[in-house]
Amino acid sequence: MDIGTMHYLTLAALLFTIGVFGIFLNRRNVIVILMSIELMLLAVNINFVSFSAALNDITGQVFTMFILTVAAAEAAIGLAILVVFFRKRGSIAVEDLSNLKG
Amino acid sequence: MIAASAFYLFSAILLMSAIRVITASNAVHSVLFLILCFFNAGGLFVLLGAEYVAMTLVIVYVGAVAVLFLFVVMMLDINFEKLREGSRSYIGMGIVLGLVMLAELITLYAVWDENAIGATGGTAATGASSNTEIIGSVLYTDYIYAFQLSGLILLVAMIGAIVLTHRRRSDVRRQKVAKQVGVTRDDAMEIKKVEIGEGLI
Repeated sequence: MDIGTMHYLTLAALLFTIGVFGIFLNRRNVIVILMSIELMLLAVNINFVSFSAALNDITGQVFTMFILTVAAAEAAIGLAILVVFFRKRGSIAVEDLSNLKG
Repeated sequence: MIAASAFYLFSAILLMSAIRVITASNAVHSVLFLILCFFNAGGLFVLLGAEYVAMTLVIVYVGAVAVLFLFVVMMLDINFEKLREGSRSYIGMGIVLGLVMLAELITLYAVWDENAIGATGGTAATGASSNTEIIGSVLYTDYIYAFQLSGLILLVAMIGAIVLTHRRRSDVRRQKVAKQVGVTRDDAMEIKKVEIGEGLI
């Protein structure tokens, strides 16, 4: 039994679906939504690395590094916004985030 | 054979812990399962021959991002049980949407011919030098602008996070450095002529 690219692609598809489902399941909790986004980015990374291995091209792994960078920056900014919001409102429920609605 | 069983082991734990991330009622458990996810993804990357990305994943995610999540979850006093209320009504829609997405992806993979894509003409991922060396040789030459730009993104994120979370509290006594440095001899010293046999006051 040989593990090919298709195995990794299927795994990444399942992981991405779990991430999407997590956003629906925890649609009031910003922290778990951020974690679901991290899961989806991880699925994308698995796709990139598996294609990099399949095509014997290093570019996929280099791009994975850039995704990691952006994901880390996004997590830092998202959690900072969360902390400020919690300080102001005492809650992190997504419904309360509609202050800027016109 | 060992590679196949390692793949199935890592991916089974990865998927199980990913499900636990989104279903755990305690957010601390979610973060810990997220860490387990990243460890197993790192194992998969090692199986694929991407050692450097695997180690970066463990260092960046487990060492920085997950710890950041853990800090925020533990520092904020949040009632997670209350946040879960009312999300039950969205489960059906989420399952439908997830299944549609999964079916589409699987259809896509079913019709896609794995052998249709040929050589890409990029730098080979395997060769005489190590994985890290190959990534370095490409990252600092072909992708130098993207590399610098990602550094800029991190800088902006750092400054943004500091500016957002920094607050000036009025109820604490803080050191006034400018006032300390600006003190002159005339402000701080007074010379008294003290007569013999008499006190100052």
